[in-house]
Amino acid sequence: MPPILWLIPGLPLFGFVALYLSAGRMPHRAAAAIGVGSIGLATLLAFAFAHWFLGASLPGDVYLETAWRWITIGGFDPAVAFRLDPLSLVMMLVVTFVGFLIHLYSAEFMAKDEGYGRFFAYMNLFVAAMLTLVLADNLLVLYAGWEGVGLASYLLIGFWYRDPANGAAARKAFILTRIGDTAFIIGLFLLFHELGTLDIATLMARAHETWATGSAVANAAAALLLAGALGKSAQLPLQTWLPDAMAGPTPVSALLHAATMVTAGVYLIARTHELFELAPAVEFTVAVIGAATLLLAACSALNQHDIKRILAYSTMSQIGYMFLALGVGAWTAAIFHFMTHAFFKALLFLAAGAVMMRLNDEHDIFRMGGLWRRMPVAFVSFLIGASSLAALPLVTAGFYSKDMILWGVWSSGPAGPGLWATGFVGAFITALYSFRAVFVMFFGDARRTPSGRYGWCIVAPLAVLSALALTGGFVNIPSALGNVNSFSDLLAPVLPARQEVTTASTTQAIVMAATSLLVLLGVYLAYLTYIQRAQVLRRIATSSPARALAGFWFGGWGFDTLYEHIFVRPFLALARLNRNDIVDACYGGLVVASRTLNRALSRTVTGRVRAYAAWVAVGSLAALAIALFLQ
Amino acid sequence: MIVWLIGILVLGAAAAWLAERLHRDAPRWIALAALAAHFGVLVSIWTGASGGPWIANLQVPWIAELGISFHLALDGLTVLLLLLTEALGVVAVLASWREIESRVGLFHFNLLLTLAGVAGVFLALDLFLFFFSWEAMLVPMYFIIAVWGHERRIYASIKFFIFTQGSGLLMLLAILGLALAHRRATGTLTFDYFALLDTPLDPTTGFWLMLGFFIAFVVKLPAFPFHTWLPDAHTEAPTAGSVILAGVLLKTGAYGLLRFVVPLFPVAAHEIAPAAMWLGAIGVLYGAVLAFAQSDMKRLVAYSSVSHMGFVLLGVFAWNALALEGVVVQIVAHGLSTGALFIVVGFIQERLHTRDMRRMGGLASDVPRLAGLALTFAIASLGLPGLGNFVGEFLVLLGGFGVNRAATIVAACGLVTAVVYALTLVQRALHGGPREPRMIRDTSIRETAALGALVAALVWLGFYPQPLLDAAADGIGNLQNPASRIAAAAGPQSPPRASPARRGP
Repeated sequence: MPPILWLIPGLPLFGFVALYLSAGRMPHRAAAAIGVGSIGLATLLAFAFAHWFLGASLPGDVYLETAWRWITIGGFDPAVAFRLDPLSLVMMLVVTFVGFLIHLYSAEFMAKDEGYGRFFAYMNLFVAAMLTLVLADNLLVLYAGWEGVGLASYLLIGFWYRDPANGAAARKAFILTRIGDTAFIIGLFLLFHELGTLDIATLMARAHETWATGSAVANAAAALLLAGALGKSAQLPLQTWLPDAMAGPTPVSALLHAATMVTAGVYLIARTHELFELAPAVEFTVAVIGAATLLLAACSALNQHDIKRILAYSTMSQIGYMFLALGVGAWTAAIFHFMTHAFFKALLFLAAGAVMMRLNDEHDIFRMGGLWRRMPVAFVSFLIGASSLAALPLVTAGFYSKDMILWGVWSSGPAGPGLWATGFVGAFITALYSFRAVFVMFFGDARRTPSGRYGWCIVAPLAVLSALALTGGFVNIPSALGNVNSFSDLLAPVLPARQEVTTASTTQAIVMAATSLLVLLGVYLAYLTYIQRAQVLRRIATSSPARALAGFWFGGWGFDTLYEHIFVRPFLALARLNRNDIVDACYGGLVVASRTLNRALSRTVTGRVRAYAAWVAVGSLAALAIALFLQ
Repeated sequence: MIVWLIGILVLGAAAAWLAERLHRDAPRWIALAALAAHFGVLVSIWTGASGGPWIANLQVPWIAELGISFHLALDGLTVLLLLLTEALGVVAVLASWREIESRVGLFHFNLLLTLAGVAGVFLALDLFLFFFSWEAMLVPMYFIIAVWGHERRIYASIKFFIFTQGSGLLMLLAILGLALAHRRATGTLTFDYFALLDTPLDPTTGFWLMLGFFIAFVVKLPAFPFHTWLPDAHTEAPTAGSVILAGVLLKTGAYGLLRFVVPLFPVAAHEIAPAAMWLGAIGVLYGAVLAFAQSDMKRLVAYSSVSHMGFVLLGVFAWNALALEGVVVQIVAHGLSTGALFIVVGFIQERLHTRDMRRMGGLASDVPRLAGLALTFAIASLGLPGLGNFVGEFLVLLGGFGVNRAATIVAACGLVTAVVYALTLVQRALHGGPREPRMIRDTSIRETAALGALVAALVWLGFYPQPLLDAAADGIGNLQNPASRIAAAAGPQSPPRASPARRGP
């Protein structure tokens, strides 16, 4: 291949520049051509590179390309360099391909929006930054991409800027992720000062040479990177921005806040997993945070009304699974779930968008109902997506990736079964809320009459993603079902399998069967509740403890209120209190003092000679007294 | 030749004043021409340099009895600062094209005279001449604020004058003290920078003399808690005045710290470094919180300068190659981005007749080009990678981390608070719906070109800062290695004061 890897992030960047310079004056057709075309070309190029990469057995399975030297000062010389290895290959293919499908979908979905050109400008900026992030060869360039996707996320969440609520959601997302990012960049300072480079491969090698497992500095560095990952991937305790981020247009939610951007944290940890191996305490924290987030978010997804918020909580929960996998060293499983999740979650968002656009932008699932006859395309897509999310056994991609995670967690050592239990319970809740959405939206009484119809720009991405959401998992099948390992073999050079406790494959089969049964039980329970409307269940759901709990879950476990009270309000109060700058008031005091002195002294200027004479006499006497005293 | 770097601006100032009689716009064109000629001279000196750490050097006796000489010299750092001065000078002239309509000649006279003073500050290597230039740039700037400023211009201009003048007095005392200490030690009275560099000082004297310089420069920078003149002066000044104040005048403070405080008093500077770095870190957060609380858009931008200059103070006293390169990039990038934000405020004020963000909102729909540019500069201000400010802040923090971890981590929290105030500006001014229906025009070609050039410069700094880093590297070498510097500047055969008129190439 010619050295044109840089064009893969470069093409979307050119698209962004062209659309930015046109300042929204470009006709829709041209804007779509540039916006979708640049991603399309990047996708083709990505596949060409993949074809070449998999054919050519490169030394170390790495292709490196340096675009230019960014900064050179003494020993600090990070280059803008791109690295293609199996891990970045998988990420690159998913980002470009899913990104392209979503851009294509947007060309029709956003057609009536006056900010059409601006939308594609921001989307192209996002893809460019995301590709920089996944292809970066050193942490500084990775950080640049990391911040770039944060900016794009801000711009796209607040895309409909006339409503101040959207602006608030956008700022919340940017500020919360920036808190994590700041920890991340402090981590970079620490790594550079301790190890003398930011080049990822060298950094990992030096970390292994220099630091002992569990040493304080390794733990600190890993913890700082983890904080960055938590912000970007909406994990506890920096998770509260994601549900609000649904204020953006639906394709944005699909691309940024489901398929790609929010998984950047997963990628970062996988990319620097050697560092996390040196910090077992931090690694265990990753698993615990993942487990906690997956349960917490799944519960919150159970009783939302807004379809996009259901999907947002479900994204948090699924990324929780990925973190759980990372925390127990099942990195390949995390990346596998990233890939299948990108397919089925993008599909779910696009299908939900397809429903909403024909119902006059209705978000509330309880105002939909009975839609399966009226919009079969959206129904089938959503059903496939929900099945894959719920991990219906054997036929869906989500089943294989989730099974790989759960098996990895189970066999990860003493804490394994405990962590596995949370994932196991989470699988049940996932099935429950996924099919709650399906049953409420598409079955029961029809409440609204849809208008309009879909063009091919909407149907084609739904069809392709549906196919992938079903079949995308067949690249890795557990031994009990046929033992295909293409995906883990591909990633093995970057993410080697950790020494696992060898358990008989019968245990694996039993664990898998138990999970599958539980998932089916979850679907059946949803069926009983929302189709059969079983009285017992209704009574439980309407009892007062259940309602209190539901209210608590509905609001995301009260984190927003908590943060409002301990961070936002004190900050606002402080800012308001010091609005006129206390320091300036001190200088003001100086002014007042000199004015007072001036006034006091002016008062002595009375024009009365007798008083002056008296003052002269007193002054002379005082001077004499001092002179005598000092002698 | 080097003397023209001041001379052109002084002559241009006089010509601009006189030319007003010919045509109303003549002073503007003369100012542009003077800046262009200045640029030409600078480039010809720079490209004609024969190598070595100092590009050009000129020394002629001035008041010989007191050891005062007219000593100018140019190195990589000075070149960058002069280029920034020229660029922002042009931008300031363009920005006042519509805003300044009364006494145009006098305005440009003052503007060019300020720039001449600034050039003198950057070039002077005789401490007396330096002080002379320091005072010379102050007076015309005072008039710019007091005559062409906004509502509270008299209060602001007097405050500006008192702060700068008061701290300047301390510097004058310190200069005299240093010269006398040098005479006591060596028997010769001199104000020459190179001669004074290795003055033997006892620690206490050194500390107090250093403090005199330090306070003058951190007031100018400005650093917490000496910053309170800045928001008033910047807010009340006309746009061109704000651009020059933020973009160039503040930088003389940074330059003074770099060129004088640390090299002249290495021991004392080392002693005060931890305190100075903490002042920088506190300034970063303090300025940011205050910026967030403002409803006057111009005041918000002014306080954001306090925050950005905190990084400069932190970087100067970290005093390693990474941090110092970062300081230089931050100086240039802040000059461009904050200058641009002041211009944006000026454009908005010209159209809406208010700077109050509570009365703005929805500009993104009314004037998409202006809003897009404003958004870009706000994003530069919050330090996004790909734009120049990020490179500066990152290098400062990276360099500072090795010296003072705690202060650097506190300053790094400024990355979060910068997002808070920058996005507040975007939200309140640009987004939301308009409060009242209005018909305003978007940026003209001239306005778009001026701001577009600044965007391009920031992008260039963000993506490929190496040329700037290389140019600064020589200057930073001069700051860090006093020994090689004396030899290079004086030449091998003659000591500095013995060579009456050594001209630069």
